Amino acid sequence: MPLSPDDVAHVAMLARLGLSEEERHRIGLQLDVILEHISALERADISDIPETAQVGNLVNVWRDDEPAPSLSQQEALVNAPDTDGEYFKVGAIQE
Amino acid sequence: MSCAGATAAEMAASLRAGQTTPRQLLDHARAQLSRLDGRLNAFLAHTDDLADRQCERAAGMLADDPAGAGPLCGIPIALKDVLCLAGYPTTAGSRILEDFRPPYTATAVQRLLDAGAVPVGKTNCDEFAMGSSTENSAFGAVGNPWDVERVPGGSSGGSAAAVASGMVPISYGTDTGGSIRQPAALTGVVGFKPTYGRVSRYGLIAFASSLDQIGPFAQTVEDAAVAYVAVAGHDPRDSTSVPDPVDDPVSALQLGVDGIRLGIPREYMGAGLEPGVRDRVSEAIAVLEGLGASIEEVSLPSTDLGLSTYYIIAPAECSSNLARYDGVRFGRRVERPSLTETLLRTRGEGFGPEVERRVMLGTYALSSGYYDAYYRRAQKVRTLIAREFDSVFERVDALVCPTSPKVAFTMGTIQDPLEMYLNDALTIPVNLAGLPGISLPCGLSRELPVGLQVIAPRLRDARVFQVARAYEQATQWHALRAPMVASA
Amino acid sequence: MTTQTVGLGVDSAYEAVIGLEVHAQLLTRSKMFCSCSAAYTNAPANGNCCPVCLGMPGVLPVMNRQAVEMTVRTALALDCEIPAFTKFDRKNYFYPDLPKGYQISQYDLPMSLRGHLDFTVNEERARCGITRVHLEEDTGTMHHAGDVLQEATSSLVDLNRSGVPLMEIVSEPDLRSADAAREYLVRLRQLLMYIGVNDGNLEQGSLRCDANVSVRKFGVSELGTKVEVKNMNSFRAVHRAIDFEIARQVAVLEQGGALLQETRGWVETRAATVSQRSKEMAHDYRYFPEPDLPPLQLGRELVERIRSELPELPEARAARLAEQYGLSTYDAALLTASREDADAYEELVDAGVSAKVAANWQMGDVAALANQHHRSLVDSGVGVVGLATLLRLLEDGTINGPTAKELLAELYEHGGDAALLVRERGLGQVSDRAALTVIVDEVIAANAQACEDFRGGKAQALGRLVGQVMKAAGGRAEPALVNSLLRERLSA
Repeated sequence: MPLSPDDVAHVAMLARLGLSEEERHRIGLQLDVILEHISALERADISDIPETAQVGNLVNVWRDDEPAPSLSQQEALVNAPDTDGEYFKVGAIQE
Repeated sequence: MSCAGATAAEMAASLRAGQTTPRQLLDHARAQLSRLDGRLNAFLAHTDDLADRQCERAAGMLADDPAGAGPLCGIPIALKDVLCLAGYPTTAGSRILEDFRPPYTATAVQRLLDAGAVPVGKTNCDEFAMGSSTENSAFGAVGNPWDVERVPGGSSGGSAAAVASGMVPISYGTDTGGSIRQPAALTGVVGFKPTYGRVSRYGLIAFASSLDQIGPFAQTVEDAAVAYVAVAGHDPRDSTSVPDPVDDPVSALQLGVDGIRLGIPREYMGAGLEPGVRDRVSEAIAVLEGLGASIEEVSLPSTDLGLSTYYIIAPAECSSNLARYDGVRFGRRVERPSLTETLLRTRGEGFGPEVERRVMLGTYALSSGYYDAYYRRAQKVRTLIAREFDSVFERVDALVCPTSPKVAFTMGTIQDPLEMYLNDALTIPVNLAGLPGISLPCGLSRELPVGLQVIAPRLRDARVFQVARAYEQATQWHALRAPMVASA
Repeated sequence: MTTQTVGLGVDSAYEAVIGLEVHAQLLTRSKMFCSCSAAYTNAPANGNCCPVCLGMPGVLPVMNRQAVEMTVRTALALDCEIPAFTKFDRKNYFYPDLPKGYQISQYDLPMSLRGHLDFTVNEERARCGITRVHLEEDTGTMHHAGDVLQEATSSLVDLNRSGVPLMEIVSEPDLRSADAAREYLVRLRQLLMYIGVNDGNLEQGSLRCDANVSVRKFGVSELGTKVEVKNMNSFRAVHRAIDFEIARQVAVLEQGGALLQETRGWVETRAATVSQRSKEMAHDYRYFPEPDLPPLQLGRELVERIRSELPELPEARAARLAEQYGLSTYDAALLTASREDADAYEELVDAGVSAKVAANWQMGDVAALANQHHRSLVDSGVGVVGLATLLRLLEDGTINGPTAKELLAELYEHGGDAALLVRERGLGQVSDRAALTVIVDEVIAANAQACEDFRGGKAQALGRLVGQVMKAAGGRAEPALVNSLLRERLSA
C-alpha cells in the first residue's frame, strides 16, 4: 500500500527532517518502490526463527566501575555552533 | 625504485635496505596525489603536518630497530573520512559535519599511528558511507582511475581510488553492505572486510552498527593481510569487539588451496550478472580447481532476501545513529526562531538525499505499527541467512563468487535508488552474517576490472587470505594497473 | 491490598488507582556507559563529559558492571525475578538534553520482573506489586533563560548528568490513595538507601517519582483514563499532587466531563497539577535492540552471589531488633530507619551498652543533635565508638545523666575522648556518702517549705530538693544516692 502524504510527513517529523513538499513527494514515491521490493520478505518462512540483532554471540561485556578524567569544559564545547562559554546554547523550546 | 604503484611490501623492503626513506615515500605519494587527484577527487583533506610527524617517527623507529618496526612503518596510507582523527576535520562526506574536529582518534587509526604508518589524508566517500558509487558525497563524486567518467564504487570510493591510482599502497575503508569489496572490485584492487567484531569500531562514524566493519584496500593480498593485522584485535572501547586472538593471515598466505573445498553459491551466479563478470569468475574458479581445490556448487536459498533484509536493518540503525546530528554540540546548524524549526532545517539542509531516504525508511520501519512487519521480520530473515551460511560451511571451507554483478558504471547513469542498491546484492549477505570477505582482481570485462569474492566462516579471516593469495599467485591480474597510474 | 479512601472521603463512590514510576540514580563511581565520574555536581557545567556522554560521532558505550549489579541487588531486595536473558534497547526521541537522540534503556526484556514491596499505611499492612526494575542512562539538564519555559528565548544545556546510571522502578497500579503512594515511596527510598544503591535525595532529583493516576467507580474493573503526574520533588509534593489529581478527576467525571490522557505537572506555588502536553503528538519511541551492546546473561551464580551479599532489609531487621533487644515495634522501626542508624545501634549494644540505654540515647539526644548539626552520629565528633564509651561511663556510674548529656553535646560538635575529659575535668560523679550528706543537710535546712510539702505527701517536692542538691554538688552527684539520702534524712 503506497504511503500517503500524511504518512510521509509524519515519518519526516519523527525523524526531524525538514523536507519541502516536493522532497516529501519524491521520497514518498521512492519509498513506495523500495517497500514494494522489501515486501519479498513476506514470502520467507520465519516461523520459529529467532531474531538476530547482533552477530558474534557475545554476552556480558562490561567494564569495572573506575572513573577516568573527563574532557575539559572547553574541549567539550569547542565543536558547538553556539555556547555561552559554559553551556551549549539552543533556541527556545516551544511545545 | 618506482614508487607509483609499488606495494607496501616492496616499500618496506626498500626502507630496510636503505634504498628509500619514509620522507621519500611520502614525497612520492604527494606527487602522485597532486598529479592525479584533480581528476579523481579521492581526498577530502590532506593531513600534512601529521604525515610529516609520522615520517619522523617512522624514520626513528626504523633506525632504532629495523627488524622490530612493523610492516607499515613509514608506509603512506589513506583513511576514509568516517574514521576519526583527533584534531583533524572528519566529515563522513557530509555537510552536517563540515567543520567537525573530533577530540579523539579511532582505535584502528591509533594502531596505525603507533605502527609508524604515515596518513597522507582523509578520503572521500558517500555521505555517512551510504551509497555504492561515491556520488553521494557532499563534496563531489570520485572518479574511477580506470575511467574518470565512471564511478569507483562506494561507499569507500576515495580509499579505493587512492590505491588504484597508486597514490598510496594501502588505504582503509568501511564495509556495511559491500562498501570495501564493491569499490575494490570496480577499481581493480584488493579489498577486505573482516569478520564483524575483528576491528574495533571505536571512532568509526556509525552508519549501521551491527554491520559496519573497518578494513583495508591494497594492491596485493599480502599487503591487505598485513594491513588487516595492523588494525585487528580486541578493543575494550568497542563492546562488540571479538576478544579471541587474531588468527595469523600472513602465515596462512603460503598454505595454498590444495585439498581446500570451495563452494560456488548457485544464487550468486544467476541472472543479473554481466556476462563478462560471469566469465571472469568462472575462469577464476577453474584456476583454483587447477591449484587443487575441490569445487562444489552449493545453495544459499535466501540470498535474494538479503537486499530487503539489509534495507530494513541498515536504515533502521542509521535512523537512530544519525539522530545525534542536531546542531547542538557539534556540526553545522541552520538557525531558526524555534528549537524544533532549527532542528528540522539543520537536518533537512545538512543531510543529502540518500541519507534522508534511508533515515526516512529506517524511521518508518521502526515506527509504531510497522516494527513487526519490517524490523522484526528482517531480524528473523537475518537469522535464516546466517544459518544458511553455517550449514554450507559444514560442507565447504570457503565460498567463491563475484563481488559485484557489474563493472564500474558511468557517473549519473543510475538514478533509481533501488537499481543502485542492487549493486550490493552479492556483498550484503556477508555483512548480515558477520563473515569475512575479500574482493580481488580477476580480470577485465569491457576493459574494466572484475572482482572475485572469497567468503569464509566467522573468525576464519585467515582462510580468506589463503584462498585469495593462492589465486593471486597463479595469475597476474593484480599487477594490472589503471592506465592513469603509469602515464606520468 | 486494603482499599483506602483518604482524599476521596469515606462516602466517595470513586476509588483511585495509582502506580508509581521511580527513577533512582545509582551510587556508582563512574557513569553507565563511559568512565566520567557519576558525581556530576562537582564539576563546572559540561566539565564532566567525554565524547561518549556527549554523543559524539563514532564513539561507543561500554557497560558499567557495578550498575548492573546494583540493579540486580535492588530487584532482589524487591523480590523480583531475574530473567536469564536481558538486553538494552534504544529509545529514540529528540531533545537537547539527550545527546545521542536516543536513550539507552530497556524495553521488552528488562533486568527484572514481578516483585513487590510491603509497607504499612494507616496501620494496615499493604503490598504493592513491582512490575519491573530496569537500567538506563540519565539525560543532561536544561536551564532556561527566564523563569517561564514558554517565554524563554534560549535554553542552556549541561551534559554533566548525561549518562549517569539510572534505575527505573515501575510499580503495579496497586496503590489506592495518596497516603499509600507516599508510604510506598518512603519505604522504597529507605530500601534503596539501605542497600546502598541510591542517596534518596528527592529535592536534588537523584530520586524522582512520577505517578500514574486514574479514578473509577467502585465495583468497576476497567481502569479509568490515566494521567501521568510529574514534577513532584518531595514526599509532601507526592502526597498533595496525587490528592489534588484524584479530586480533580472525580470532579471532572461528576460534572459529566471526560478525562484527557495527558501528562500534568505539579506546580507547588499553585497547589495544582497543570497540563504539560496532551498525547495528541504521541511519542513514538521506535525502540529497537541496542546494536552497540551485547546482551546480558546474568547466570544463577552471579544472581545468588549478589543475593548473598544483600544486607538484612529494614523490615526484617526491625523485627529482629524488637525480638532480640526487647524493643517496642515503634522503637525498633525508628532505630532501623536507616542502615547507618541500625548499624550504630547494634554497635553500641555490642560495645557493652545496655539495649535500653542505647535505644533511649540514640532516639533522644543523639537524634536531636544530629538534627541540630545536620550531621549524623557516624559523621559527628563523638562517633559510635565515642558514644559507646560515654554511655558505658554513665552505666557504670562514673558519670551521671546530666553530665553525660552535656558531654555528648560537646563531643558531638567538637570531638574528644570522653574518659579523658571526665578525668581532666573531674566530672566523675560524687558518690561519697559523707560528703553528700553534708550537702543534703544544708539543702534541707534551706528549704523548709519543700520539706514540709514532701512530708505532707507531695512526692514531687522531692524533685525540687534533688535539684538543689545536684546544683550544690556541681551537677556531679549520683542521683540515686541523693534520692535515698534525702528520703533518709527527711524521714529521720
